[in-house]
Amino acid sequence: MFLYMIKRICGAIVVLWAVITITFGLMHAIPGGPFTEEKKLPPAVLANIEERYHLNDPLLTQYGDYLKHAAVLDLGPSFKYPGQTVNEIIAESMPVSAQLGLISLVLALGTGVTAGLLAAWRKNTWMDYALMLGATLGVSVPSFILAAVLIQLFAFTWPVLPAAMWKGPAYAVLPALALAAHPTAFIMRLTRSSVLDALSQDYIKTARSRGVSTWRLLVHHALRNALLPVVSYIGPLAAALLTGSFIVESIFAIPGLGRHFVTSIYNRDYTVILGITIFYSFLIIFMNLIIDLIYPLLDPRIRLQNHKEG
Amino acid sequence: MTPDDFAPLQDRDKEVLYVPPQKLRERGWQQMKHNKLALWGLGIVIVMTLLALFGPLLAPYSYADQDLSMANAWPGPEHWFGTDSLGRDLFVRVLYGARISLSIGLVASLINVFIGVLYGGFAALSGGRTDRIMMHIVDVLYSIPMLLYVILLMVVFKPGLINIYLALGIAYWLNMARIVRGQILSLRQQDYVMAARSCGASTWQILRRHMIPNCVGPIIVTLTLSIPDAIFTEAFLSFIGLGVSAPMASWGVLASEGINSMRSFPFQLLFPAIALCLTMLGFMFLGDGLRDALDPQNEKEGGR
Repeated sequence: MFLYMIKRICGAIVVLWAVITITFGLMHAIPGGPFTEEKKLPPAVLANIEERYHLNDPLLTQYGDYLKHAAVLDLGPSFKYPGQTVNEIIAESMPVSAQLGLISLVLALGTGVTAGLLAAWRKNTWMDYALMLGATLGVSVPSFILAAVLIQLFAFTWPVLPAAMWKGPAYAVLPALALAAHPTAFIMRLTRSSVLDALSQDYIKTARSRGVSTWRLLVHHALRNALLPVVSYIGPLAAALLTGSFIVESIFAIPGLGRHFVTSIYNRDYTVILGITIFYSFLIIFMNLIIDLIYPLLDPRIRLQNHKEG
Repeated sequence: MTPDDFAPLQDRDKEVLYVPPQKLRERGWQQMKHNKLALWGLGIVIVMTLLALFGPLLAPYSYADQDLSMANAWPGPEHWFGTDSLGRDLFVRVLYGARISLSIGLVASLINVFIGVLYGGFAALSGGRTDRIMMHIVDVLYSIPMLLYVILLMVVFKPGLINIYLALGIAYWLNMARIVRGQILSLRQQDYVMAARSCGASTWQILRRHMIPNCVGPIIVTLTLSIPDAIFTEAFLSFIGLGVSAPMASWGVLASEGINSMRSFPFQLLFPAIALCLTMLGFMFLGDGLRDALDPQNEKEGGR
């Protein structure tokens, strides 16, 4: 177990290095560099700026510097907001995004698993069909359209909830719904099919013949095994929530990291784009690592050594 | 024991040793015919494709014709879907949007297939160490959120149709590579491949007769399911300002423009959104149906 953990952590570090290298390379493939596209700056000013941000160093030196700084979690200054570092931007806006993300995560997991279980329990009844129809519609509507419709319905047509900003629990309802809709629908389908799969196993028949009640059968026997695919979906789920937050935070004017990222794309603020991309990759790789580590605890059948084959 | 038991076998008693295999296409179609949802999906996809191909030719306006006197007109006999803030006919723009969105879905997915099949096929056929290293690279790339890199690519290269094709095409081939490799590896262990080899069939013959036909099913399924993903991703990119450039407009661009004027002119969001969602549904139903019909692994479960 210990050896496996070390191996996995080393693997994650290699991935992070690859991520930093790819992002760095991409960012420096931009023709002209970050300051050329604005109004023509006087050459002396340009030289000063380049001096200040070490842009006239050889590429390898810049890369080495960036790696060194990234290793101690320093992502450098913002080019467009002088005096602010990427770290400050992340530290400032991350808590908001984390709150929204966590609420949506819980919402998506809770609703998705419950609804999937209900659909499997009442397979081929109107309830199953209605739930699955909802799930299919949920997957086919882009989140920005859903967010717009939610705002229109619950903030303007029937004004019960605030449409924008981030000032209290009520402000989280619509954004969390918009953000969680897609993953919820996916989890619902996943849970339904894996519960149905589990229900067809022999041990379920055995339990049923022993007189175990339907509810207990579902929750204790089928769901426990059916949850494994859901757990392994948490990594992609985190990624989906992150990227979803770009849109949802922009639409609802929530001062989170996602909106910052989109703004920095509009402003072409390269260091911020680079920094946030790396930060997000860190986060997701870390999530995946944790899930891989707890997965065998949930399912003793999975031997860590043969994890690769699975 | 009677003398009968030693009588020569009659024709009718012979075991049926050879059943001519049904062609994949026929068997798939047999199954698809009974799947109403998949047929609906197929119908939607065909109608949308026809509209995208021929719709703009029949329209009296072009997607860039501006008529400021008619700006923000509500839907009516002259402009079926109304007009946008520059007086451009929305119906025609949605038709053109179909061209752009569908072409993005198709081209990006075809690039995925091309890279994925080459990569996965090469890994599976070379086997051993090469295979391990190549698949390890795929595993590594898998844990990186690809959308971020598509965004980076679009920031680095100028937003535009060709760049969207390329960015989406080179980002999402991992799944395809895994599927193709898995399929080839499992095929290689099949008895009939062994039999063909022992009969002296060349590698090329085995590839052509056994591998490629058996890989077509999973590839088509993955292709069909990756088209809506690509369209979706493009809509997302459009929303954050990295989509196709004006005056061209994909459904994503139209919908995100529609959001800005949603309160006064809801139809400007409604029509592109409906077109987008309908197409997504169509491809998803079709893809699910194809998976049930073509994927041999799913045969046992026999639909849902």
